[in-house]
Amino acid sequence: MLTIKNLHAEVEGKQILKGINLEIGKGETHAIMGPNGSGKSSLASVLAGRDNYTVTEGEVWFNGKNLLDLSPEDRAREGVFLAFQYPVEIPGVSNLNFLKTALNEIRTYKGLPTIEGRDFLKLTKEKQQLVDFNANLMNRSLNEGFSGGEKKRNEIFQLAMLDPQLAILDETDSGLDIDALRIVSNGVNKLRDAEKSFVVITHYQRLLEYIVPDFVHVLYNGRIIKTGTKELALELEERGYDWLKEELHLKESV
Amino acid sequence: MTSDITLPFYQALTTDVNALSACQAQDELQGIRQEALDRFSVMGLPTLKTEAWRYSNIQRYLKEFPYELLYATTTVPASVVAQAAIPELDCYRIVLVNGHLQADLSELPAGKGITIGALSAHTQAPGFTKWFNKQHHLAQESLATLNTALFADGLYIELAANTVIDKPVHIVHVYTAAQHAFIQPRHLWVLNRNAAATIIQSSVHPDTNAAAFANSVLETVIEENAELWHYNIQQGDQHFREVHTTAAQQQANSRYHHFNFTLPGTPFTRNNLSVALNGSYTETNLNGLYIANGSQHVDNHTFMDHIMPNCNSNELYKGVLLDSANGVFTGRILVHQEAQKTNAFQQNNNLLLGAKADINSQPQLEIYADDVKCSHGFTAGQFSEESMFYLRSRGIGEDAAKALMVNAFSHDITDEVKVPALQHYLQEQIAAIMNN
Repeated sequence: MLTIKNLHAEVEGKQILKGINLEIGKGETHAIMGPNGSGKSSLASVLAGRDNYTVTEGEVWFNGKNLLDLSPEDRAREGVFLAFQYPVEIPGVSNLNFLKTALNEIRTYKGLPTIEGRDFLKLTKEKQQLVDFNANLMNRSLNEGFSGGEKKRNEIFQLAMLDPQLAILDETDSGLDIDALRIVSNGVNKLRDAEKSFVVITHYQRLLEYIVPDFVHVLYNGRIIKTGTKELALELEERGYDWLKEELHLKESV
Repeated sequence: MTSDITLPFYQALTTDVNALSACQAQDELQGIRQEALDRFSVMGLPTLKTEAWRYSNIQRYLKEFPYELLYATTTVPASVVAQAAIPELDCYRIVLVNGHLQADLSELPAGKGITIGALSAHTQAPGFTKWFNKQHHLAQESLATLNTALFADGLYIELAANTVIDKPVHIVHVYTAAQHAFIQPRHLWVLNRNAAATIIQSSVHPDTNAAAFANSVLETVIEENAELWHYNIQQGDQHFREVHTTAAQQQANSRYHHFNFTLPGTPFTRNNLSVALNGSYTETNLNGLYIANGSQHVDNHTFMDHIMPNCNSNELYKGVLLDSANGVFTGRILVHQEAQKTNAFQQNNNLLLGAKADINSQPQLEIYADDVKCSHGFTAGQFSEESMFYLRSRGIGEDAAKALMVNAFSHDITDEVKVPALQHYLQEQIAAIMNN
């Protein structure tokens, strides 16, 4: 579904991604871990098309399409979804109106008829219950005055509504207490199926207890330095990242 | 004055003045008209050297066409008025063509305490005698004095004490003429003690090849504990130009909520809005939203005159300037020495979305009292990139994202509109502008 080949990217002239290779298959969940500043969130931003990043080398293919050629909106319409680490507050744009616009822009792109009134509300209600999102927040302005947890839950609600093929969760666990973490994770788990893939970016193994990944990758200094299964996350939790860094330096100095 | 004389318009004006003296013979306002005319002759038409007009070149627009002063009454078919209809709005609709009431298309609110009709038919009314041409700011503005001297007709509304109009009144101003015309309507609305009304004004300029320049003046008086919700919607078209003067007076404990919406259409719009607070414990809300495109010019010139103590005023004007549109905002707040405990707040925020769009914004605070709270603020900016990216990352294209953001930017103003059908209409209009 997603193939990343030798991806290099920079922001303001500074090289952040230095040759990422990653293959994500249909229905798979991949976790990307790594210390601060290793390039995890940058990878998410490059995939979503944030324009202050410049790709200097490499390719990204999504269902046979060159993702890097597409505008951010077209990436979303093709089925890529980024759950933001810091969702933006937009006063005056109602959550519902925003979602309806987004959904219909995606449907129009796919050549589907737009969804109106009752059908939209029905879908909203269904998804809102699925991911346990507070109905009172839906008529409010987009994320305005939401708590940190409510914002993250709104991201998952949007994910449920827009039904992408690939969802990238950028540190969705940051700033969540244990109850919120459980609710958010439950929401994600309910959305997992054989068609949908997830990339879960996180600092902590804790999230992966709830959202169990098929693969765990360690990103360090703009590259994936180790790939394993969920046991790798446990090992990282126990031993930290230093042993991996040392391993890497030994390898490089040879 | 010297620069005016070269204008064909001014020459036409002087001829008209002479021609008019005949019809003024029967006019009981002759004294007032003559005094205003004398005053206008001294002041002349504003030029770029006139401080209050330094960013609005009205001469350029007066030179465009050989405008003639228009007095004759004319009527329009209902289809013309239908263009101004606000869907789902349950209201009394009043149609004025070039300032003259067209009765067959109008439904006047009736009932005890409601006086409403042509201004010319009410020059003996007590409200007229007491209030006509009394707002002292009018004499400071030369175009308002020109209106006083040579106005045609307009709408007179007087609500007796404790009278409330049960539905909004929608006044549709139709401006139309066979030849390029300079049209001067004059209105007076008086709300006596405890009276209340919601009045919506909008205008239509039927598609003709003749240009219309409206120089209209509205005086409104809000007596003790009365309340007026006043919405003015300006759309117009390429052949319309407008100078719109609103002079309000508020007595003690009264409330005045003024909304001005200027949307694309008219190349030149100048709004003079002034409120004189003649009593204490009043509340004034001045809300403005201007969305301009092409090479449109929109100038809002506002004046809050805090004469008496313990009054609150809140002013919020927001602008969206597209293409090479030009915005001007002046917010004068004068707090007299006696006006202690005044709260006067003013804010002007702008989105500059066109590469050649610009805004000249000028707060003017003159405060002579020492125990007051006053503030002003100004911003001009673009969309936040982070917000745009967030919307686009959800599949919303750039244009639709901009439309959502403009709608969001406007919501501080549109949210305050208390007539749901009107609120919906305005939101739809804004969305339509942005989706074009």
